[in-house]
Parts: sequence; C-alpha cells; structure tokens
Amino acid sequence: MSDFLMPKLGADMTAGTLVAWKKKPGDKVRRGDIMAEVDTDKGVIDIEAFTDGILDELLVQPGTIVPVGIPLARIRAEGQEGLAVVAASIPAEAPKILKPSPVVFPTASPPPALSGDELARLRISPSARQRARELGVDPRGVQGTGRGGAITREDIERAAADASPSPSTPAAAPATKLAESTDRNRRMRQAIAAAMARANREIPHYYLSTTIDLKPALDWLTAQNERCPVADRLLYGVLLLKATALALREVPELNAFWQDDRLAIQPSIHLGVAVSLRGGGLIAPALHDADRKSLGQLMKELRDLVARVRSGGLRSSELSDPTITVTSLGEQGIEAVYGVIYPPQVALVGFGKVVERPWSVTGQIVSRPLVIATLAGDHRATDGHRGGVFLAALERLLQDPAKL
Amino acid sequence: MSEAEIRQTVLRVLGNIAPEADLARLNSQGRLRDQLDIDSMDFLNFVIGLHNELNVEIPERDYGQLLTLDACVNYLTSALQRSNRT
Repeated sequence: MSDFLMPKLGADMTAGTLVAWKKKPGDKVRRGDIMAEVDTDKGVIDIEAFTDGILDELLVQPGTIVPVGIPLARIRAEGQEGLAVVAASIPAEAPKILKPSPVVFPTASPPPALSGDELARLRISPSARQRARELGVDPRGVQGTGRGGAITREDIERAAADASPSPSTPAAAPATKLAESTDRNRRMRQAIAAAMARANREIPHYYLSTTIDLKPALDWLTAQNERCPVADRLLYGVLLLKATALALREVPELNAFWQDDRLAIQPSIHLGVAVSLRGGGLIAPALHDADRKSLGQLMKELRDLVARVRSGGLRSSELSDPTITVTSLGEQGIEAVYGVIYPPQVALVGFGKVVERPWSVTGQIVSRPLVIATLAGDHRATDGHRGGVFLAALERLLQDPAKL
Repeated sequence: MSEAEIRQTVLRVLGNIAPEADLARLNSQGRLRDQLDIDSMDFLNFVIGLHNELNVEIPERDYGQLLTLDACVNYLTSALQRSNRT
C-alpha cells in the first residue's frame, strides 16, 4: 500500500486545491496516468500517478485545500487485498476523509470554493478566472459571451459592476472583497516572490553573454518552412531550444540541481520553457528530453505546451521536473535578458530579440540577424569558465542548423 | 465567400487564440499583435487556423500582410479569388 501525495510542483508551491478525481476506487492505475485535477497558483494541473497499482481509497474530497506532501489517496499493489477486507483488522485510526473545509495558510487565504465538477465544466480563460478572484466574482453565475459561451474578462468585470454594493449592502462588504483579493494573481505573485527571493538570497549568480550570428539558422529555417505545409512550420525559437539542449550535453553540470550543498547532475535534459500568461504571471513547464527529439517533434510539443499553459491541462511532471530554464523576451523587443535562476536549478539561459546589426565576416562589415544569448549560472555549482564553454557550444551548434 | 464572411472567419479564429479578448472592440486598422498580446506562437496558430477554415495556403513571406484585421481580410479575399480562378 502506498500513499498518493499532493505533489510539490515547483519550489514555490505549498498547497493545492483538489478539483476533481479522474479515477475511482477499484480502478487500475499505471504510472503516468492522470489521477486528479488540482488547482494551483499556476492553474488547474493534471496530477499523474507515480506508481502502478489499484486505487484503494480516496482520502480527500474535491474542494479541499491540501498542503504539499499530504496523502490524497491510497494505492495498493495489484494482488493485495482491498481496504474493505483489511479495514476490519485496523483500529479506528484509519485516516478520515478531509472535509472540504479549506485549510488556511498564513500566506494565502482560500479561494472561493468551487466544486470540482463545476470548476472543470466552466469554460473560462485563466485570465478571466484570475479577474474573477480579484473582483470576488463567482464565475458560476456569469453568462459567458466568448466563443462557445466561454467566460471572458469583460463578462467578469460586467458581473462585478452589476453586483456593486446596493444601499442595503452592509458596510463590511468592501473589506470582505478586499480580503478575497488574495486571488490567483496575488497567490502567483507570492509564489514567484518566494522562489525568486530564495534564489537571490541563496544563489550567487554569475552572468555571461555572447552575440550569435543567426543568419545560417534563419536561412535554413526559411528554406525549410517554404517547403512545409503551415502546420509543420518551425519557429526559430525551436532551433534555439534544441541547440541549448545539445550544448547542455557538453556541459552537463549546468543541467543539474543544487541540493543538500552539493551538485546533482540530472540524467535527462528537460528544458523549462518560460511562457508568460495573458494578464500577468509566468509558468515554465518542461519540454522533456529536448536533446533527443527532432525539431519537428519539439515544435509540436512546444505548441501543445503553450496551448495548455494558457487553457489548462498541464501535467504534474511538466511542472515538477524541468532541469534548467530557458527564457526569451525577444517578442517584447528586449535585446538581452539576465535571468534569476529557479531553485533548485543551477542555470538559466536567456535569448533576446533577433536584430539586424552590422557584423564583421572575414574582414567585411555586413548586416546580419544577431541574437544575444545569456547564461545566469549558480557559482556554487559551476564557474564562469564552464559557462563560457556552454555559450561557445551553443554558438557553434547554431552555425550548422541542418545538424540540429 | 463574401468579405463579411471572411471577416467573421478571421474573428472566429482570433477568438480561439485569445479567448478572453473582446473582439467587438478591436480596432480593425490597429496591429493585432499589440491589441491582442499575440506572440509568434499565437500568430502561427492563427495562420494554421485560417488555413484550416479557408483552405488558403499562406506562405511565411506573406505574414507581413496579415498585421491588422483589415489587412487580413484584404489578403484573404484576394487569395480566395486567386484560388477560385485556378
């Protein structure tokens, strides 16, 4: 018998709200199966099983806020007897089902309790959901006017305006509303604050940068995309991701965690790709085994990942196991980004905007598309020299895009 | 397909990409990217959506002709006329 625990999906998570169970007692579960949906600061996440067996008993009801590490259910090995039989021999201390009376934490007050099914059925964008929390609007009562009846930010704002205090509303109402503004936006901000403050407190960062000529990569990409139907076209960002993953093979100590005062190099390269949310906030879920996948495969997975960041359906493994973060602020016109490392990772790779600039090629000044690649490294884990080897490898790999 | 139908289709595809946006308030001559906070991945999904809905091939070199709602409608109208003639 093993416990299925509320997982820790990143250094900044302390608890999650169980939204819905996807399995019922007696169901066979395989490692990687989706067991439940959990609402976190990063949206509703599909939580995967980490072991094979039979789901024996659910310990928590939907709607409950559960701290990280607390059992949600019990899974028994196949062939092991079920609870009904075993229970008779166990004294009355068998764990009781946590009732959906929310556990309250000092740093975050509970969100309005939505039942799991209701939350799952609502067609509402993360941004509108966030707005609903901010304004204390219950999205269940809101008429959606977006595509397919989806609830938009405007719908939420209209509902909030309609519900503005009538003369009979007690004076305490605004205060309550203020208290309820400990919503997802604030919770996500708090979570990012905790992780980033820890990073700045604990990690002695060093920063390196190099300018890379992207002409070979972009020329190759243009020719490639010319031949492709639109659904198979690549974004240049995928070339940067693949080159990053391959360069990490050459400097594996950057693909690592700093844990218990020592460096733990990770066997697989899972790139945490920073994706910004509409309306603020940031999630960096993993592109798994990026060094071993073709560009086409990576592109497909990246598209899928970005879509799920924005509309829901991220899996727990994608949030809990990135081994390094890659961020690009080029879309905003930023030329170089010097990032803060997400602990326990030990490095962050940044890419800026691709800009046409004068560049010297064999003694001639020519115009070339250039990108500034940066590395933020944890000086406990690596030294600047190794960071430099990594950036040099990255540049070299991008000069020969056909081999990526 | 009429211009109005093409416009409706473009708006529908945009709605799938930015579900929280109020498209009724979209300035048809303003850049979509700025108004809807669209990045390159969103834009690619937009082009794929247009391709699926209208069966129009949009080569990458033409992306610059799809920057505003009006420009999209113009581009797609003539692209559809071209493909009807052939």
